[in-house]
Amino acid sequence: MDTYIYPEYEVVRDTDKCIACRVCERQCSNGVHRYDADLGKMIADSDRCVNCHRCVCLCPTHALKIKKSEDTYRINANWDGQTMNEIYRQANSGGVLLSSMGNPKPYPIYWDKMFINASQVTNPSIDPLREPMETVVYLGKHTVDIERDANGKIKNNLPPQLRLSMPIMFSAMSYGSISYNAHASLARAAEELGIYYNTGEGGLHRDFYRYGKNTIVQVASGRFGVHKDYLDTAAAIEIKMGQGAKPGIGGHLPGKKISVEVSATRMIPQGVDAISPAPHHDIYSIEDLRQLIYTLKEATAYQKPVIVKIAAVHNVAAIASGVARSGADIIAIDGFRGGTGAAPTRIRDNVGIPIELALAQVDERLRQESIRDNVSVVVAGSVRSSADVVKAICLGADAVYIGTAALLALGCHLCRSCHTGKCNWGIATQDKELVKRLNPDIGAKRLVNLMHAWNHEIQEMMGGMGINSIESMRGNRLMLRGIGLTEKELEVLGIHHAGEAM
Amino acid sequence: MKRIYVNEQWCLGCHLCEYECAFANSGETDMVKALKGKKMGTDLLPRIRVEDAEDGSHFAVNCRHCTDPRCVNSCISGALSRDEEGMVVIDRDKCVGCFTCILVCPYGAIMPSGGKPVQKCMLCTDNAAGEPNCVKHCPNNAIVYEER
Repeated sequence: MDTYIYPEYEVVRDTDKCIACRVCERQCSNGVHRYDADLGKMIADSDRCVNCHRCVCLCPTHALKIKKSEDTYRINANWDGQTMNEIYRQANSGGVLLSSMGNPKPYPIYWDKMFINASQVTNPSIDPLREPMETVVYLGKHTVDIERDANGKIKNNLPPQLRLSMPIMFSAMSYGSISYNAHASLARAAEELGIYYNTGEGGLHRDFYRYGKNTIVQVASGRFGVHKDYLDTAAAIEIKMGQGAKPGIGGHLPGKKISVEVSATRMIPQGVDAISPAPHHDIYSIEDLRQLIYTLKEATAYQKPVIVKIAAVHNVAAIASGVARSGADIIAIDGFRGGTGAAPTRIRDNVGIPIELALAQVDERLRQESIRDNVSVVVAGSVRSSADVVKAICLGADAVYIGTAALLALGCHLCRSCHTGKCNWGIATQDKELVKRLNPDIGAKRLVNLMHAWNHEIQEMMGGMGINSIESMRGNRLMLRGIGLTEKELEVLGIHHAGEAM
Repeated sequence: MKRIYVNEQWCLGCHLCEYECAFANSGETDMVKALKGKKMGTDLLPRIRVEDAEDGSHFAVNCRHCTDPRCVNSCISGALSRDEEGMVVIDRDKCVGCFTCILVCPYGAIMPSGGKPVQKCMLCTDNAAGEPNCVKHCPNNAIVYEER
């Protein structure tokens, strides 16, 4: 604890309502709550509170709430409280500031600056409850030369595809950064929904091989847990070049999170820090990337699509063009608001660009170069609702990855303390007592509910536009209009301003 | 018949079920009014209790509604019986408070109620909850009410 910093959030207890059942005390891994026998009541130490809301949610009489502290330094538009506290924290620790989950800074959210179109009078809208509405999408290389056999029949030479019942997948979150039960929930939900979840770079626990047909396995710079069975089991292989929350840097899973199971799954020693290097040490060019892509394709007999995941950075369109020519079947782009289990705060909050702009430019560039159909484009980096999904597809995405939204469905309250490993919701922790708080029966059900809800909403919005398949919505930027955007922003997004006609 | 079962694997030892049980059987409609200022074990006598073991495991215990219930067999006043569904029921008017059932129950699922008659879990059929309140409020599906 830093004596220079007043707690940012305060635990407020309504003593009239508190029945001293001590549920809050038992559920807090940070030791905030305590029953004081002398005082005969519950007391709280706000200094330890991370504002995860576990106690608030479980308090049976709603006697608890967490408030932003009203304590303020002298008002200063340049040196705000957060900035000052970060200085105090670093002066105290001497360390790099660490943060979790996505960039929380008030940068523009372009999803919220775009409106979706609807049909009126001259073009009929479609009622998704009465008419078929296709949300299935196939990801992979769609262009092939037509070849015929000796009898003149067309040969099926279509490269491997991923079939998604809806244009949404669960993004890469490693076993290690999140718990066994969180992975179990994602895997089960992906299977039931007919979509995919992604192992992240932490390998695949042996118990989850049975969900292989709904699993995307990742090959990252640390090569953790990569072996023949791992690749064979998966539906697709993703090469992770970068992550939206921390473009340009690697990863660091602290040794205390490397339990027996995590160690076995990652194929690394127990209790020793797991370092993912910043670059792949064998990739310094598109040609090098091509070698890894074809190594993986060769190893899996060309049966599985290969995804290349990159972070949205300044030159993303040119990079994506290179990736599209490197043999990748799918490009995943992760925007600067993407989540993480731990990242240096300065990197997370200052590096990269918004996914909406990156997506628009990548789609545009691939079209200009006539290679758009050689790859599918999947975007990630804070897709928060079905409306964001629809806007992403209109901007040119084939599908989206959701990470944070999926974790919220599992109970995450965005306290952004994943890096402490003491997640009270049983998600970002390896502590057995905490992990069991996430029952995958409940977790999988909630994920399935969320995806069903979004899929219904996507169908409603598509129907409103008079569009009956995701295919016809993809890259259909005339269905979007900007609001409060500059000429340049509209140009980058490739959309008109609200009020402008076709 | 449907019984209350506990999945030990998912029991967090939060003890919410004890308070929800005590509330459901209090006759009050407001939890604060029902439980405020009362101490678990002395003022509050829920019909479900959570056992917390040293090894970190937790297990909520209440009446199993045995098919051959020792409590019913040992009841001297005929207050305990099995109904046609198989639920072990207590007629509190008939109970003479001899506590023989408390002695013979291997689960400790029958307990004094503070007055003369003993008490046990009646699956919330004897209060206004309508369905087992411990099951309804278990945050992790550790307590379930189902046919097995």
